Amino acid sequence: MSNAPQADGLQVTGRVWVFGDGLTTDDMYPPDAMKLDIPEAAKQVFYNVRPGWTDQVGRGDIVVAGRNFGLGSSRPVAALLNQLGVAALIAEEFNSLFFRNAVNAGLPAMTVPDATSIFSDGDLAAIDLATGTWTNRTTQATGKVPPLPGLVLEIIAGGGILPRLAQQGYLPTDLVDILRSPAVAAAGQGSGA
Amino acid sequence: MGMTMMERILARRAGLASVAVGDTVTVDVDMTVLIDLQFSTMWLQPLRIADPDKVAIVMDHAVPAPTIKDAAGGPHARRFAAEFGISRFYDVGRHGICHQVVAENGLARPGEILACTDSHTCAGGAYNTAARGLGPAEVYSILCTGRTWFQVSPTIRYELLGEMPAGVSGKDVFLHVANEFGDATNLNLEYGGPGLASMPLHDRRTIATQGAELSADFSTFAHDDVLAAHFEALGVTDYQPSHADSDATYADVREIDLSTLVPYVARPGTVSRNGLPVTEIEPRKIDQAFIGSCANGQLDDLRIAAGVLRGKQVAAGVRLIVTPASQQVYRDALRLGYLQDIADAGGVVTNATCGACFGYHMGLVGPGEVCLTSSTRNFTGRMGSPEAEIYMASPATVAASAIAGRIVDAREGTAR
Ligand code: SF4
Repeated sequence: MSNAPQADGLQVTGRVWVFGDGLTTDDMYPPDAMKLDIPEAAKQVFYNVRPGWTDQVGRGDIVVAGRNFGLGSSRPVAALLNQLGVAALIAEEFNSLFFRNAVNAGLPAMTVPDATSIFSDGDLAAIDLATGTWTNRTTQATGKVPPLPGLVLEIIAGGGILPRLAQQGYLPTDLVDILRSPAVAAAGQGSGA
Repeated sequence: MGMTMMERILARRAGLASVAVGDTVTVDVDMTVLIDLQFSTMWLQPLRIADPDKVAIVMDHAVPAPTIKDAAGGPHARRFAAEFGISRFYDVGRHGICHQVVAENGLARPGEILACTDSHTCAGGAYNTAARGLGPAEVYSILCTGRTWFQVSPTIRYELLGEMPAGVSGKDVFLHVANEFGDATNLNLEYGGPGLASMPLHDRRTIATQGAELSADFSTFAHDDVLAAHFEALGVTDYQPSHADSDATYADVREIDLSTLVPYVARPGTVSRNGLPVTEIEPRKIDQAFIGSCANGQLDDLRIAAGVLRGKQVAAGVRLIVTPASQQVYRDALRLGYLQDIADAGGVVTNATCGACFGYHMGLVGPGEVCLTSSTRNFTGRMGSPEAEIYMASPATVAASAIAGRIVDAREGTAR
């Protein structure tokens, strides 16, 4: 069993960072960051909740949060998380707009009740969205949640919604590969609020 | 088995006889609304779109452009509108906060589905519409394909009874609900019952809009005579309202006796289980008072504020900022003298935009300041410094507090 972070469409293994309940999109994408380009804006994720975190998080890491994760606006937070290298999200409960934003940016997201008790900072987590299984490789705890609908899994596995649009001829096809990068994809069609 | 209002709409637009909680359905979207932010920086012009007649573009969040990044979006929007023949283009001068523009132009219609790049799109629920905010990527996809998917969530039904007392508004009803019942994450909210008949449309809009703060999926009001008259006045008649079946299944049914309500104030951070009746709130001194946003920048909100402010003066040391929700509201409030009353009292009337509501391009609050707002969100950092405190209340409460210099009960003075 390798301890190196890995992400393969619907399966992600990575080191976790554990946050609390009720994190809003203003905590992750504050208004001031909306004036900046993605790499600069990404430095403000959790600016007030956990200052300095953006220097510590690494490629392939997983963010674990509590209840009502992502309440707030339609700002493309997933683009910032991707910029920081975050490979997946696990939460006890997601706000549906935030969850959809993750899916549409191709960022794997799994709802695991009690996630913040199951995982501690630095644990190695493995999730498989296709089967709904999660494992804490550090503590050996493991469990299963209902898998997401096939249509949702397809969007995530395809790297988000924009590569699909290119394949279907709504966008120039030479963009298909570039659009697989969630940062590009989310920035590609502007922002929301 | 019976269906809720929302289930009926989703079933119909999915072309199914029925849907049930947990189903994932693919639906046709009746109206897609793009906002200015969608066009800033790296906008990609699509090769084709589903139907230009089912698209509207509203310039609202950052107009007139406060940054070069925002300014760069304007030409993208104009070129896109021109190339695809989008006639519903609400450019600067005809602009306003998207949900207000949607309402004024009858774009959210009973029984239909509306998607927009802003999280408060649930405002359209006041019109018996399945309206919700979606991310920019998803709205872009709907623009192209005309379709998206939803998973059917359980529904909470609010059964409204009685009539709101004088001095109590939709904002107070919402703050009461938020305080009493807390979050509704991954749930739909449905409002109906005999108390609805006496509730004005602007109050319904405030309540529907703020479903977003409860983390709800959709928040939808029943279709009734008030709504029918509203659409008739707009010349919109060809719609099919959605009614809940009498045997619909709800996760919970909660009765609200409107006649027992008082004005509420939410304390900083969240509206969820974090409010108090205005009579019990700490007598907090305020630095900024804000009346505006998609929730409470409507003509009636300005009417109520002007009524409280007329002949009075904003307290020294308090900034009162009033933002009409649209150019249309601005012009009407100007004609009716509300803006004169507000300005004479020492209030600052601004251009119709999102502006101060999301702490982006004006009216920001500094560290250590206290703001009382009638807008949508009191999150930490929402309106400027994370070290500022944001309380939330109705336009009447905000106006009366601006005069007093601290949070007060408007009913003691010239309420409503
Ligand atoms: S007024 Fe505020 S809540 Fe409403 S759409 Fe604008 S930023 Fe969002």
